[in-house]
Amino acid sequence: MSASSRPRQRTLADRGIDGVTLLVLPAALFVVLLFVYPFVYGLLLSFAPKEGGWLGNYAKFFSDPYMYGTIWLTLRLALPVTLLNIALSVPVAMQVRHMRRQRLLTTILVLPITLGTVLVAEGLLNYLGPQGWLNRLLILFGLIDRPIRLVHNYWGVFISLVITGFPFTFLLTLSMISGIDPALEQAAATLGARARQRFFNIVLPLIVPGLAVTFCLAFVDAFSVFPSAVMLGAPAGETRVISFAAAQAAFEQYDYSYASAIAMIMAVVQFGFVGLVLTARGLFYNGPAGGGKG
Amino acid sequence: MAIASAGFRELRLDAMSRNFGAHNALKAISLTVQRGEFIALLGPSGCGKSTALNCLAGLLSLSDGAIWLDEKRIDTLKPEERGFGMVFQNYALFPHMNVRRNVGFGLQMGGVPRAEIERRVDEALNVVRLTSQEAKLPGQLSGGQQQRVAIARAIAVEPPLVLMDEPLSNLDAKLRLEMRAEIRRIHRLLGSATIYVTHDQDEALSLADRIVVLRDGEVRQVGTPQDLYRRPLHADVAEFMGFRNALPGRLVRREGDEVEVDCGFAGPIRGQAVDVEGERVVVAIRPADLVPLADGPIGAEVTGLEYRGEAYFGTASGPGGVELYFRTDTPLDVGASVRLGAPAERTLVYAAGGVG
Repeated sequence: MSASSRPRQRTLADRGIDGVTLLVLPAALFVVLLFVYPFVYGLLLSFAPKEGGWLGNYAKFFSDPYMYGTIWLTLRLALPVTLLNIALSVPVAMQVRHMRRQRLLTTILVLPITLGTVLVAEGLLNYLGPQGWLNRLLILFGLIDRPIRLVHNYWGVFISLVITGFPFTFLLTLSMISGIDPALEQAAATLGARARQRFFNIVLPLIVPGLAVTFCLAFVDAFSVFPSAVMLGAPAGETRVISFAAAQAAFEQYDYSYASAIAMIMAVVQFGFVGLVLTARGLFYNGPAGGGKG
Repeated sequence: MAIASAGFRELRLDAMSRNFGAHNALKAISLTVQRGEFIALLGPSGCGKSTALNCLAGLLSLSDGAIWLDEKRIDTLKPEERGFGMVFQNYALFPHMNVRRNVGFGLQMGGVPRAEIERRVDEALNVVRLTSQEAKLPGQLSGGQQQRVAIARAIAVEPPLVLMDEPLSNLDAKLRLEMRAEIRRIHRLLGSATIYVTHDQDEALSLADRIVVLRDGEVRQVGTPQDLYRRPLHADVAEFMGFRNALPGRLVRREGDEVEVDCGFAGPIRGQAVDVEGERVVVAIRPADLVPLADGPIGAEVTGLEYRGEAYFGTASGPGGVELYFRTDTPLDVGASVRLGAPAERTLVYAAGGVG
């Protein structure tokens, strides 16, 4: 190396752009073609209603209780289901992380994801129905006199969303909890913290940011519920979810513009909740959950 | 100083054992620790020293035996019921709490009133000289500072016993020396009994009142640093304490502890019998004691030389290819012949074929 070498010209590689960067292109193209283009197309379409001004679709939606009520009906499903799934995932994950047969259990729990919502809904329809096993067993043991209604109403959809949503929240929660250095809890124990105190002082604060992200993902998933709301719920009544309203507009009234507007409203509600949760997340500790310089 | 060790007269390990499946990690360890004593558990990795510490802390249960704190049996208690302070190898600081809250955590769990917590946290931070960093998160501190926080957190609860698991092994050489002095100072100041796990003999020698040498889950020797340094009781302990030359030989003469050993060199080697049975023996000499002498009994060929400031340290090959480590004040050429010898009082002789 000579000390008098002249300053080297800055190349693209210096700025982190090289041949490997090109590998991003297929994915970017994919996103543009399959997400950005349809989204922008739908957004523009929603401002070109069949009748009325450019905000006609939105005015129509918010002046009809039968339409804007779907927001509430969807939230009434998605929020409790998401919260329940997270509330169940945390204690189960706390136990499972110490188990030796962890892989077997996680495999069983992942099955509902691979089966898909339609198959689960189909199964539940038989299992929870008036002549299903559950009601027959409960009657057999004399716990109830006549079948309880668990399908074609709110609870049918609720149960199916819990079943299909739980594995997802569980796996995310398990990976977060497993990521906490066990020495932290041991240190807390030697300092006199009992199991409950260790959970609330050490584990929970460290997973709250992750739980917030889990909430967002699971919530968006539950908010766009469609198959189980139609199959297990009462799509004309108490489980008339917003995605069903959009589908009706598109495929029964053939009003794509109105359907696009409903989809946009759906997106705004989801963005709103996600934004809220992620903002709150910023208030917590977000650093690594390690115990030291590792 | 208000932080003081809560009293106990003695901590007694009574045949403490721990198995992992078929593997006996600790084989009936017995030891009595006096109030205020600084004990180092010393041994190579895998000797069971960390297992022993975790058993004391309650993080591992015993397979057999008992631990007594005076008249109270404590091995059945959970870690949170023992009230010992522990310093972890990776510090295990709570990453979401600032230094103050980390240090005060044990007091908070103990239900100590807030004003009292504040006062004692101040004291503990003062002891480790970290008062100015109290509002920072652990991730914002250097390794040495994190180490101090871990110590402050352990001593803030005023534990009768402090357990330290290789606390300096993640620090660089200079910081390690500084923290060693710091740990010694804090121990003098507080006077709480300390059990310190390390694989570094220098650390053990400089810190401990007594050193417990462990190997394969067994206690090999307990003694003061001076005892261990001058007169290791077994060949394997000697090797671990820096007697790098281990020369197999045959006992030819014995008068009390004075012995002569034939190692196949030009003349017999004179030394001190420590643990001799039968005539097959091992002669142990520190490299620093084996020096070129005109009438040295060991004839060898120099195979390497390394300058270490105060002297040169070399390797040499003796008859039959035996490897020798020696010291010399003047440089020697590689390939040169040399005659080496060591003072008889610092040449230790052990029975061959024991453990190690």
